[in-house]
Amino acid sequence: MSLERRAAMAALLAGRDDDLLVVPGLGSTCWDLAAAGDNDRNFYLWGAMGGAAMIGLGLALAQPGKRVAVITGDGEMLMGLGALATIGIQQPQNLAVVVFDNGVYGETGMQASHTQSGVDLVAAARACGIGTCLDVRDEAGLADLAGRLKALAGPLFARVAIDPAEPPRVLPERDGVVLKQRFRAAIGL
Amino acid sequence: MNVVSAPLWPDRLFDVFKRSDIRQVGYVPDAGHARLIERCRADAGIRDVVLTTEEEGVALAAGAWLGGMRAALLMQSSGLGNCINMLSLARSCRFPLLMVITMRGEWEEFNPWQEPMGSIVDPVLKLCEAEVYRARKPDEVEGLAERAVQHAFGDERIAALVLSQELIGRKVWTK
Repeated sequence: MSLERRAAMAALLAGRDDDLLVVPGLGSTCWDLAAAGDNDRNFYLWGAMGGAAMIGLGLALAQPGKRVAVITGDGEMLMGLGALATIGIQQPQNLAVVVFDNGVYGETGMQASHTQSGVDLVAAARACGIGTCLDVRDEAGLADLAGRLKALAGPLFARVAIDPAEPPRVLPERDGVVLKQRFRAAIGL
Repeated sequence: MNVVSAPLWPDRLFDVFKRSDIRQVGYVPDAGHARLIERCRADAGIRDVVLTTEEEGVALAAGAWLGGMRAALLMQSSGLGNCINMLSLARSCRFPLLMVITMRGEWEEFNPWQEPMGSIVDPVLKLCEAEVYRARKPDEVEGLAERAVQHAFGDERIAALVLSQELIGRKVWTK
């Protein structure tokens, strides 16, 4: 069983409060985040493939009083897999890395990613020392994850099984300087 | 790596970090930066973040700035090559990025595999729109570090303090 990506993003962010900061990966998760409703506390990525989890780490360490959710795709996570080892050493108390795993590179024509051939991101995250590692395959698991994002206590990794269908793109602001400034202003910087 | 004598410039560089309120330091372990890394690790006000590859540090520094914190990224010249696409994050968003790069492959280098990347550090930095501050003598380090900090965080640009291999010393290969 796998979940529809837009509904999954909406479920994770339902009832979102101002202390949740969200960094998507480039591509599909960025459009999913925009589709769930624009928010100044989103830092949309249009590039920097492989960097989403590390942006989340720097942000989580800088803002220990807020919660940071990186919500990225399997291809983006695979490009920066070392970040899981780095996060495992840092043990940020307020960081969640959620991977929407559809097994394909949606932006480039649905070519297979490593996860389709058996690479297990949950096992990788666990091996890197991330204490809470979840494999989300259904609505109940999604609801559990949504609840955990409201009160993080230690680093969390979740792989969410996503249906490979690609809904129409919803494009957010793409000027990086604007995105940076509005994000910082929203958290009082 | 054994150096001929313990240099003082890493401590001056650390002082600049502290005066500049650098609070996160990302690094891949490096002999030339060993003293500076040791000082950062020992300081309760600095979060030291050991990386698997230098490009992680470019993203880390961007996240830190989004959250209102200043970061620095330490690497040797070979690490710059690992950063190139991720530097587009700093350029596209004008994130402040302070890189401190120890040089290999340009002076008394025993390992010829260090030369290809070492020889293109300056042009690569320029192509990536980084301002380069090149220190060749120990007493130049502190002043150039101050200027690099100002450019990075004051102008919200990429600043690269490049430490010549002559400063670092000769790597001893015989036991």
